[in-house]
Amino acid sequence: MGYLLEARNITKRFGGLVAVNNVSVGLNAGEVIGIVGDNGAGKSTLIKVISGVHRPDEGQLFFMGQDAKIDTPMAALKLGIETIYQDLALAENMNVYSNIFLGREKLKKFLGVLNVLDHESMHGESRKILKSLEIEIPSLRNIIRVLSGGQRQAVAISRSIYWDARVLIMDEPTAGLAVAEQSKVLKLVNRLKAQGIGVIIITHQLHDVFSVSDRLIVMRRGENVGERITKQTSPDEIVSLIIGAETVET
Amino acid sequence: MPWDSRGLHTPHPPNSEGTRNYKTNTAMGESIGKTRPQLIEVMTKNWASFFLLILLVVFSFTGKGFFSLANLQTIVHLSTVLLLLAAAETFVIISGGIDLSVGMVMGFTTIISSKIMQIMFKAEIAQGTCMLVGSVVGLVICIVPGLISGLLVARYRVPSFIATLGIWGVTFGVQLKISGGYTIPFLPPKLVDIGNGFLIYVHPGKALSFFKRPPGIEATQIRELIRIIPNSFVFLFVVLVVAWHLLRNTQFGQHTYAVGGSMDAAIRAGIDVRKHLVKIYVLSSFLAGLAGVFNVFQAGLGNFTRFSAMYELFAIAGVIIGGASLMGGKGRIFGSIIGVLIIGVLEIGLLTSGVEPFYRFIAVGVILIVAVVIDQLFPDLF
Amino acid sequence: MALRADTTITRRRTLYTFIGLYWAFFFLLLEFIFFSSVARGFLSIRVIQNILFFGTAIFLLGTAETYVIITGGIDLSVGFVMGFATVLAAKLVAAFIGLGMGPAASIALGLGITLIIGLIPGFINGTLIARLNVPPFIATFAMFGISHGVSELLLGGVWAKNLPHLANAIGNGYLLYVAPGKIISFFQRPVVQRGQKVLEIIPNVVVITFFFIAIVAFVLKRTKFGHHTYAIGGNMDAAVKAGINVKWHLVRIYMLSSFLATLAGTIYVLKYVTGKGDAGAPFLLDSIVAVVIGGASLYGGKGTIGRTVLGCFILATLETGLRVLGVSTFDKYIAVGVILIVAVLIDQFSPELVHKED
Repeated sequence: MGYLLEARNITKRFGGLVAVNNVSVGLNAGEVIGIVGDNGAGKSTLIKVISGVHRPDEGQLFFMGQDAKIDTPMAALKLGIETIYQDLALAENMNVYSNIFLGREKLKKFLGVLNVLDHESMHGESRKILKSLEIEIPSLRNIIRVLSGGQRQAVAISRSIYWDARVLIMDEPTAGLAVAEQSKVLKLVNRLKAQGIGVIIITHQLHDVFSVSDRLIVMRRGENVGERITKQTSPDEIVSLIIGAETVET
Repeated sequence: MPWDSRGLHTPHPPNSEGTRNYKTNTAMGESIGKTRPQLIEVMTKNWASFFLLILLVVFSFTGKGFFSLANLQTIVHLSTVLLLLAAAETFVIISGGIDLSVGMVMGFTTIISSKIMQIMFKAEIAQGTCMLVGSVVGLVICIVPGLISGLLVARYRVPSFIATLGIWGVTFGVQLKISGGYTIPFLPPKLVDIGNGFLIYVHPGKALSFFKRPPGIEATQIRELIRIIPNSFVFLFVVLVVAWHLLRNTQFGQHTYAVGGSMDAAIRAGIDVRKHLVKIYVLSSFLAGLAGVFNVFQAGLGNFTRFSAMYELFAIAGVIIGGASLMGGKGRIFGSIIGVLIIGVLEIGLLTSGVEPFYRFIAVGVILIVAVVIDQLFPDLF
Repeated sequence: MALRADTTITRRRTLYTFIGLYWAFFFLLLEFIFFSSVARGFLSIRVIQNILFFGTAIFLLGTAETYVIITGGIDLSVGFVMGFATVLAAKLVAAFIGLGMGPAASIALGLGITLIIGLIPGFINGTLIARLNVPPFIATFAMFGISHGVSELLLGGVWAKNLPHLANAIGNGYLLYVAPGKIISFFQRPVVQRGQKVLEIIPNVVVITFFFIAIVAFVLKRTKFGHHTYAIGGNMDAAVKAGINVKWHLVRIYMLSSFLATLAGTIYVLKYVTGKGDAGAPFLLDSIVAVVIGGASLYGGKGTIGRTVLGCFILATLETGLRVLGVSTFDKYIAVGVILIVAVLIDQFSPELVHKED
């Protein structure tokens, strides 16, 4: 098959509740898949298994064909699987390039002895990556708090890209954004696709996934109830899969 | 309401689901770029510095001899301890916590250092050695309370307010026990010379000397002596510069701001937040220890910290006045210095103006409130 | 950390809950056992009454803090508001006496006015916090400083004197006196022959203290005001959206807090017949520790007056016990510090956190 990232037969239970039941999902490089489903369908849990927050009770994960033991968030990050959660996890009190380099700040030598932060370099590198993703932020020295929602999303994405993400998981990426910004984020996703990154989008907004995704996976009550190629399906069909009034499958 | 409900450090930040704040949105999602700062902005951002200047001006009129080299140096000299404690608090507060134990850790260190010096001096060991050993031991032991606080906060998720309050109690008790409630006397006399000495002594028109009074000066001529740059100032300068550097130019500083601004972001960025917090509280404790050792040099005696001294509260007040936020993520060493100097100038200024000193309590209280209100009005000024 | 069979969870949860809820009782018991084994006659009516007598300030301040802490705030000013109250009350009563008023009237008027004025610091605190968005820590700390300054100002360096004997009598009197087998009298010490023992039961000040605490506790538990307090502490946003006038409520909470602190101050005047600016300072720490021991969470939304009273009791017992043993107060602080930390650690075992583990 040659999937970039594959989850096979994943089952996750919490006490007596089965949150994810024997779900298999595959993602190719340069592909965008959307995972949709109603609340409680298990989307978030599945994602958390993939990104190392939860360990599956059954099933396996494969990355680039190899068996991948993703048992902590760090393990996922090391493989290049980045997750952007709804709250973005940006430090509001710090500026754009500080956030992009958070935890991996660049240093330079001062007077040959001391290690100090290399602000210019970080600023420069951030500019580059933002430019390559065609994101416009007037000044990288602005702190996050003064940025719009779309710009924050862009910063979070840039951070992941800078860390050489191969797989980007986005949880409700357009939630709460103005319409114009939503389309900017989606354009960004397309650019990521063009760079060969695999993207998983979890969302309630069918409109979003219909505009950028290649494939759609529908979850209901913890199960994978249907996988469709986006171009070959319709919102109606997806909705009925989500709520359970099954139509004839392809 | 915008503040965390008690302005205290919470190991679990309150649920921030959907708290994205788009208040500065404009159409097309452009942010408000940094325009050239207007005068009003500059003034409000630096209101504390302006206020300090105003205080200096006012007091030079109302107080005799206020605006003199000697007096100004005295203010800084007397504020040394508080400045060191404020430096300690700056780190902790930026990280989103609070350290209520700094005053007592200082007293604890003072007592231990001075006790050792006393014992050694009595055993007729050379003064220099006494002072050195006493200081070093003090500086090593002072790390312990910080280590405990840090572990409690980082590992056991005890709110910093409580953890440091507990340490406050414990160190208070211990220092009192060791000292028996009395100041520790009979310390090497050279202490005072070092602690209260100056770099340069000038006898106008006659002599100039370093570190010591010019020899051959008579008692009647001492009043003519001009003293420049207290030793304490040098010590203070070095410590504060290092602290400033740490905060501004190192990864450690960046991470401190990150942890205070958004612990989640820090964790997800791979920062070992637990370890970092422990380091923060150890640093705070160490700076308090420095203050404690300095205290021995300044007073020449081992003074325990009284219950009513409230050093930590004034240190915190100074840091807040200087622009830090109790919610974390904000603050500067320079700001804290200004804040503490305001308090110091107030105290001395009121004294020289013949006003009862307890007014400073009221004054500090009011200024503190003003500081916070301004912070609320202009939250984005860094 | 996968959860295994349900029974293990239940058992673990029950044990932790048990420890979390009841450790305070056990600790108190432990204290009594310890002190009575080391100091003869500790476990007697007299000593227990002493504990209550000396602890009135802690009880009142602890109650005040409970309310504030439940809303997720904190009040650092209670100690010095109490001190301010002692100074004000003492001066007022002395002034009225000086004006020629009878002792009963001067006391009543002096204390009454003090209680009313005592609402002001709370009003200021509440307004700063609720309307100006000043964090409670800062606002009450500022008030702490301001009350300290103001009481020094009022005191003018002179201790308040000339207080009527009546005050002392009330302050140190008891509700009930029993000369065994012979006389029972209320409020007044019966005259007996020399050598006759008179049992004193329940100091007046304790009655006053617990009267107010009972009222406040009732309000917290049973009234709308109390429920709203919990609501605000639990989720301020939700409270606002539910239509509760949160701002005004917070102002009232802080006014209540300073009222109780003022009450503690007036009781102090009755007990010791003098005014002292820093009379309440040592009790600030105790009151907060007591609330934490009592299981309230500093995050707000949790806690009851009853459990706080238990916490106060623990501290008051500790203090009295140490005093009886002749141990210096230095150690008390060490003990209190340790207890505080232990209390919080144990609080981590409470049921909610067990859920959070997943």
